[in-house]
This record gives sequence, C-alpha cells and structure tokens, in this order.
Amino acid sequence: MKSVQADATAALPRSHTGRGNRLLRQMGKRYDLYLMLLLPMVWYLVFHYGPLYGLQIAFKNFNPAKGIVGSSWEGFAHFERFFDSYYFWRLLWNTVSINLFSLLIAFPIPILLALIISEIRSKTFSKWLQNITYIPHFISVVVMVGILTVFLSPKTGPVNILIEAFGGTPIRFLEEAGWFKTIFIGSNIWQNMGWQSIIYIAALSGVNPQLYEAAKMDGATRLRRIWHVSLPGIVPVIVILLILDIGHFMNIGFEKILLLQNNLNLESSDVISTFVYTTGILKGEYSYTAAIGLFNSVINLMLLLLVNRFARKTAETSLW
Amino acid sequence: MSKQATIRSTSDDRAFDAIVYAIAAVIMIIVLYPLIFIVSASFSDPARTLNGEVWLLPKSVTLDAYTNILHNEKIWTGYRNTILYTAVGTFINIIMTILAAYPLSRPDLPGRKVMMVIITLTMFFSGGLIPTYLLVKELGMVDTMWSLIVPGAIATYNLIVMRTYFQASIPWELQEAAHMDGCSNWRLLLNIILPLSKPILAVMVLFYAVGHWNSFFNALIYIRDEALHPLQLVLREILMISQSDAVDSTVGLEDKILLAESIKYAVIIVSSLPVLMMYPFVQRHFVKGVMIGSIKG
Repeated sequence: MKSVQADATAALPRSHTGRGNRLLRQMGKRYDLYLMLLLPMVWYLVFHYGPLYGLQIAFKNFNPAKGIVGSSWEGFAHFERFFDSYYFWRLLWNTVSINLFSLLIAFPIPILLALIISEIRSKTFSKWLQNITYIPHFISVVVMVGILTVFLSPKTGPVNILIEAFGGTPIRFLEEAGWFKTIFIGSNIWQNMGWQSIIYIAALSGVNPQLYEAAKMDGATRLRRIWHVSLPGIVPVIVILLILDIGHFMNIGFEKILLLQNNLNLESSDVISTFVYTTGILKGEYSYTAAIGLFNSVINLMLLLLVNRFARKTAETSLW
Repeated sequence: MSKQATIRSTSDDRAFDAIVYAIAAVIMIIVLYPLIFIVSASFSDPARTLNGEVWLLPKSVTLDAYTNILHNEKIWTGYRNTILYTAVGTFINIIMTILAAYPLSRPDLPGRKVMMVIITLTMFFSGGLIPTYLLVKELGMVDTMWSLIVPGAIATYNLIVMRTYFQASIPWELQEAAHMDGCSNWRLLLNIILPLSKPILAVMVLFYAVGHWNSFFNALIYIRDEALHPLQLVLREILMISQSDAVDSTVGLEDKILLAESIKYAVIIVSSLPVLMMYPFVQRHFVKGVMIGSIKG
C-alpha cells in the first residue's frame, strides 16, 4: 500500500493520478483565488520583470527605431566606457561615501531617540515628543529641499542672518561642494529620526520587564540597564533594519540629491543614480546609462547578500 | 547599608532623569523650531522676514503671501491635478494590493510560495530607471496620468504588510466555516475579510495617498505638458528654480524678489497642509502600520 502511494508521487509530473490529481482538484476549487491574483501577477510581470528583460539593452546599442530586440549587440563596451571615464571614481566615491556616512551617522540616531523616549517617565511628555518628531516625515522631498533653500539662502536665509549677526561672513551652503553631504545627511536626520524610531520603540516595549527588575536587584544603574537589557533586547530589530538599509545602499535619497544638485556642488553631489537620470533620460543615452544602472544594482545586491550572510553567522538574525 | 544604597540610587536617578529630559527638550526644539518659523514667516511682512526680524512670532501680520497664491493659476492647476492623481491612484493601489494580498494570505492555495518569491525578489533587484522609462514610453503612457499611477500600482512592502495582517488577525477557522456554508471566495473577501480589516485598509489608504501627494519624480520624467503638472512639480519651480540669484537691485526687481521670497513660506504651508491637517487624526494608524510591518512577513 505504502509503496504504491510512493510510486504515484514519483510519477506525478507525467500521470495525473494520486497526489497530482488532488493538487489539480485543489487548484480548480480555488480558481477564483487565482482569478484575483491574475491582474496583480500580470502587473508584476510587466512592470517589474519587463524592465529586467529590457536590461539587455545594457549590452546592446539601443536604437528606438529598431526596438530592444532588434538593436545590435555591443558586449561589455558600455561598461568599459564607464569604467574608463574620468567621472567613474567621482561617481562611485560620492555614491558610496554619502551612503556610508548616512549609515554611520544617521542610522544610530533613531535608536538613541527610542531609548530616550522609553526612559521618559512622564507618559504625556513622551507621547508629545513622539508625535512631534514624526511630523517632518510627512513633508515631501520637494518641500524639504525648498525649506533648505529658503533657510540657507545666502542673503535672506535665517541661518546666514544669524551668522552675520555674530560677525561671521555668510556661507553659500548650497553652492559649496564641501557642505553638500553635511546638509543632505543633517536634513535626513531631522526629517526621519522620529519616524524611524517607531520600530525601536515597539521593540523596546516588548522587552521582558522582569529582566529590568532583575538587573535592578543586582544594583545596575539605569545606564547599565540600558546597555545590558534594553540594547540586547532590540539587537535583532537593529540588525534587520541595518540589512534593509544596506539593501538599497546605492539608491538612498536619489530624489533629494537630484533636487539639491547644482553645477557648483556637482563635485560632491554627483552620484550614480543622478548621473543615470541626467545622461540617460535627459540626453537619451539609454544603453550606456542602463549599463551604469545595472552596475549599480549588481553592487547593491552583492552588498545585501554579503551583509545578510554575515548577520546570519554573527548575530543569528537575517532576512532569509 | 541598604538604605544608603537606595538613597544613592535615587539621586543617580534624578540626575539621569534630568539628562533625559534635557536631551528630549533639545530634540523637540530642533524639530519644532523650523516648522514654527515657516508658519510665522508666511504670515509676516516679507521685508521684515528677509531682514531677519522674525524669530518666533509673526511680525506685521499680513495675508499678502496667501492672497498672492490665490491668484496663482499654476498652483491651482497643480492642486487640482494632484487631488485627481491621488484619488485615482490610491483607489487603484488599494484594489490591486487587496487582490494580491488576500489570495497569497491563504494557507490552502497551491503555488503561493512561488508567487511570493516572484514578488519579493522585485524588492531586491530591479531593471532600474532606464528600462522602466522605456517601457512606460513604449506603452504610450507618457503625458497621461497613467504614467504616475500604473507603474507604481502595488508597493511590495505594503502588499507584504497587508498579507501579514490577513494571516495574523483574521482567524482561519472563520474562513473555513464560511466555506462550509458555501460562501464563495469573492463573497468571503467582500463580506467578511474586508469589514474585519478596516484598520489595515485605513493605514494603506494613508500610506498610498501620502505617497501620491508627495511624489514628484515620475511626473518629472513622464509629464511634459504643463497643464498636467502635479503640485510638487509646480512647487519645485516656485521653491527652487525661480530662486534665480538675480541680485540685480533695480527697484522693480527688488520688489519682485521680495514677493517671490515671501511666497515661498506660504507655498510650503499651503502644499503641506492637507497631509499635516489629517496627521493628528491618523497618526495612530500610521504608527500601527509600521508596527504590523515590523512583524516579519
């Protein structure tokens, strides 16, 4: 009896007996669920896998008249051109450094904010602090950059008026390459620290209160309780968010960088994604910039896999 | 001994509390001050704002900037367009997300794992800007509102959040019982699942709607016709492009620059108001959405 069943399973792809038959019946009975999925799955195929198919133009000389398939193959010519170009290292350095500095400086701040919020004894005050720090998150990129332009304007902006009042000379913040990264990362922190702290606050509230009591009994000060109880309690969440952040390491803040960019700060604001936009969409070099975009995505994916693997080994937490 | 210890720890405690409150207060000021300044500046006489006289409260209160905006055709067109794009876009987002999330939440659906993999992969690797742009162009969506709506019809992250909610918050026994009674899957979804999922639906509507309201990049690359420009593109023009450092001090120009500068604060308020106004009412839901998302999907 048992062996018969096993045979039927082994023969599943060819004959529709046994389990195969049951599977089909199961699927047939739920045809309406597949019907629901039809539109979304077609959408995924067209709008996510379609562009993946279109990526072949990175290896071709795309000619709109001939279409994607009809254009001639170029091999790795576009990649070689990019690697040999004078701006390659500038683009790579800016892309990596902006994101690396963001990770080092901006990533820990929501964690600190969450710890502070959880240490506030007055419930009303901590609610106020939370709700106020969430507000900037809802401001659009355009408005955010607008606020920066207005505040940092050399003649009329409040920041420069303050500098002048203290006897300094006004700084053209947005037109000096040296200031670009500071402004970009600083405003990101202002806008997002509250929102990003939500997950940590939730994680902190999940830490077992008995652990705090036990630590207290052992004479641990509040600082030590944060260090030995709170932080270890939220490490898994921190690791997951770190991996996710690295998952779009090469793409962070593209829209904001584009809006903040001008000819004078280009030296430190020119990143791969903005270059793809200006050279690809504005100047029409589709194949060349598709290749650059592919280079960007591949590096990104490799970073993600690397970090995920590292996290699984050391922190025993990972995305998959 | 032990008495001494408790005394020491309470004074430590007090010092700790003082530091915590001090940091909290500083953070609050850093976040709030720019916001208050913008509101005050928008109601002030532009000349006094630009001279640096406004610090906290408005000086020489005036509504000039706002009346000026009222007469700005472009802003109104942008507003109208954005409301339309947000309404239609969010509607399509919600329908598509439900249609994907519900079947994929069903443990009895063969093949759902494969489909989840197909969907999740797109979060980590994509064709990128250029192939997507060429596709949208090929489909003839350029210069129509569909270019702003269809390519982003589903946000994969939201789909996963919604699916997690369906799985975790709606008892499977309930669905099985409904099936026993001969309820079809469509009726199950419409009459049982969705009414039970109002909290997550609210969160999704908000996430998607804010996304549409604030988005500008797709319009930047797909919409050339000015009559179709959404608010954010109009804003970009007013806030950034017209910043023209025309430091030429001809008298007439000086006035123009003054007005252009003063309008900026008011424009920031007018464009962010809809989102910020609903914020106090929906903030709880937003937070809930993030929390559900943090349960690993």
